[in-house]
Amino acid sequence: MKKFLIPLALFFGLVAFLAVGLKRDPREIPSPLVGKPAPAFSLPTLTGDQPFSPADYKGQVWLFNVWATWCVACREEHPLLVEFSKTQSVPIIGLSYKEVQAADQTNGPLSDDAKLSLARERSLRFLQRQGDPYKLSVMDLDGSVGIDYGVYGVPETYVIDREGIIRYKQVGPVTPEILETKLLPLIRQLEKS
Amino acid sequence: MIPELGQFSLVLAAVMSVLLGVLPLWGTLRPNPTLQALARPLALLQFVLVALSFACLAYAFLNNDFSVKYVANHSNSLLPKPYQFAAVWGGHEGSLLLWMLMLTGWAAAVALFSQTLPLVMVARVLGVMGLITVGFMLFILFTSNPFDRLFPVPADGRDLNPLLQDPGLVIHPPMLYMGYVGMSVAFAFAIAALLSGRLDAAWARWSRPWTVIAWAFLTLGIGLGSWWAYYELGWGGWWFWDPVENASLMPWLVGTALIHSLMVTEKRGSFKAWTVLLAIAAFSLSLLGTFLVRSGVLTSVHAFATDPTRGVFILIFLAIVVGASLTLFAWRAPQVTLGGSMGVVSRESFMLLNSVLLVVATGAVLLGTLYPLVIDALNLGKLSVGPPYFNLVFAPLMVPLLFILVPGTIARWREAHVSEMFQELRWVGAASLLLAIGLPFVWGPWSIGTALGVFLGMWVALGSLHNMVNRLRKPGRIGGSFWGQHLAHFGLAVVVLGITGVKSYEVERDVRMGLGQTVTIEPYTFRLVDMVDVNGPNYKATQAHVEVVKNDKVIHVLYPEKRRYFSTAMPMTEAAIRSNFFGDLYVSLGDPIAGDTPSWSMRVYHKPFVPWLWVGVLLMVTGGMVAALDRRYRRRDISAQLKTVGEAMSNPV
Repeated sequence: MKKFLIPLALFFGLVAFLAVGLKRDPREIPSPLVGKPAPAFSLPTLTGDQPFSPADYKGQVWLFNVWATWCVACREEHPLLVEFSKTQSVPIIGLSYKEVQAADQTNGPLSDDAKLSLARERSLRFLQRQGDPYKLSVMDLDGSVGIDYGVYGVPETYVIDREGIIRYKQVGPVTPEILETKLLPLIRQLEKS
Repeated sequence: MIPELGQFSLVLAAVMSVLLGVLPLWGTLRPNPTLQALARPLALLQFVLVALSFACLAYAFLNNDFSVKYVANHSNSLLPKPYQFAAVWGGHEGSLLLWMLMLTGWAAAVALFSQTLPLVMVARVLGVMGLITVGFMLFILFTSNPFDRLFPVPADGRDLNPLLQDPGLVIHPPMLYMGYVGMSVAFAFAIAALLSGRLDAAWARWSRPWTVIAWAFLTLGIGLGSWWAYYELGWGGWWFWDPVENASLMPWLVGTALIHSLMVTEKRGSFKAWTVLLAIAAFSLSLLGTFLVRSGVLTSVHAFATDPTRGVFILIFLAIVVGASLTLFAWRAPQVTLGGSMGVVSRESFMLLNSVLLVVATGAVLLGTLYPLVIDALNLGKLSVGPPYFNLVFAPLMVPLLFILVPGTIARWREAHVSEMFQELRWVGAASLLLAIGLPFVWGPWSIGTALGVFLGMWVALGSLHNMVNRLRKPGRIGGSFWGQHLAHFGLAVVVLGITGVKSYEVERDVRMGLGQTVTIEPYTFRLVDMVDVNGPNYKATQAHVEVVKNDKVIHVLYPEKRRYFSTAMPMTEAAIRSNFFGDLYVSLGDPIAGDTPSWSMRVYHKPFVPWLWVGVLLMVTGGMVAALDRRYRRRDISAQLKTVGEAMSNPV
């Protein structure tokens, strides 16, 4: 009798692991950048005033949100960001990530200037229509800043503290739940300290 | 209106499945033949209702009814009609409905083609299938209803994922589901046998053709998935050890062990408890695969929209089904009598070794697939397990498996003689060895791995041919199961040779090419001659014209594309592949590269022997079908069959 119970025991061990696994998110990957200073850069902005660099925001807590008009999941989180920008004091800086894609260049590659103007035109139109949650957006056309920040999917959102240290990284769209349980408590705590 | 009809008929089907799960089984306990006789009509009715529901969803897709949320999320008015139909199973909800259609379809098939079975057995088998259907019905109705409406109604749908807009998608999921779900028939037969307490040869005989058909579908489904990944993803790979691929491979490995073990149970009355356990395991792994794919516990390239409530539901369902059947197993299995005795070297011992190797291989795949989850659950960090692990543990298990295959097919039941077998197989062995040493010299650089692969492939191929020729020399009608067996083994050999060839001799070049530039993979030269814009129904594409030159003559022109679908703006790669008997030429177009002159990144591959994979899989599938259609499974006279079984046990063939 006993040996015939072995499969049952093994199976319930497996189920226990699966049950715990259900509560975890496999996409939640600890970023090595959390706790490290936000990588420096200087990029042109969407509106074209002055180049932006993270050092400009030293002394305040801010969010850094990676987005693009071609990104479908970004549209999901967009209304929430717009809402957030209206009610919260914390600024959101956008990183317009690789706005111009290969498919835009079916007639051969575009020059950097042409890319920038195409990206600006499309992004501004998008923000006009969908609402603009960003204090400003910087244009990362070749994705090099994205590489420094370890972006591996759009959208992503970083929380950066007064010292310019990355405190949190959200991969994928921000949901009301994540905002409520993770981002807001962290922001409040960072603002107090 | 039509979607509501679909919803209504799905609910009615759920009611039928509850009745099917309760009444006939109750009838076997009473015992009441009238209740038992309800099994067949209920199974058929349930299938008709699900089919109607499926037709309603397909109707909503074909008529662009975007008021249905599922249609709005997975279709678009510009999508070509065949893909609008295939989009029915392009997402979670609809693919689950397809799953239901298959599940009830298998039950209906059992109801129709079980005339030779005693009524009480039919009642048990269909009752068990009814209970499984109830679980999935609750799942679809409460967590994944495809008929939910959307308000306000969008002007157009979000379109089907471009990756899925492909002929491969139209057939890959249905075939795979046929296999997954088909394992439920083998499972239902095993549970019915446990319930009756009679684990005899007759049970194994009844369940064999069903199991083999399910196995053939599963084989085809996995093969099609691999083929689709090969030409659609544009990476030139055909197997990635992705969790979802593993989820389909595990039931296949156990299913393969099961069809061999069933043979021993039928012919010799041995391995009864083990065979039942394999049948339970094969279906449990199908359920586990469903769980892994749809709950989001593992990351995979097959991104189904995941939802934790669905994961919880399937996990509970899995725990109930598998927990209950393993409890039943632990209760009944000790009463099972042992079969005939077997020698250390005998057909039985080869089959046992086959089972053990396949089950260990399944365990290795399961471990690799779940390891990241287990480590995370124990708070030991995050990691992923990649192809190096799987190749390292899987290949060493397949080597002995392929080696014992040939002696396993000629060994006598009960007691075999090594010297006789050596005598019979020495020429096959010698020829395989010569080819293994010689062929790699002809093809390219010689390596021990290539030689081993060629040896095993030739060993199985020549061994199967040897058996067929031997059998043809003897008088008497040759049954479908004989041809099926050897066809499938021969197909396996072709797959092994294909894998060996492509792994040993593939050449991959990632290059930057401007117009007029060339890249050479001996003996072929690829020249980019033109770039043109192409307009598809729901996408725009850039198409490259690549000439393939051999001996100063243009032998082919390949047209790889980079597509951009209107709805998602997601760029898609359409590789261009030219196949012949010895391999594929494969070109996939990458991104444009900035510079003075326009140029593009390109992947140019020479993939020898890849078509052998697909041919081998088709041979295996055909083998399975031929074996399942063997006439002896359709004989009405059960007592005569039992008599032959008895004779087989007393007189080893």
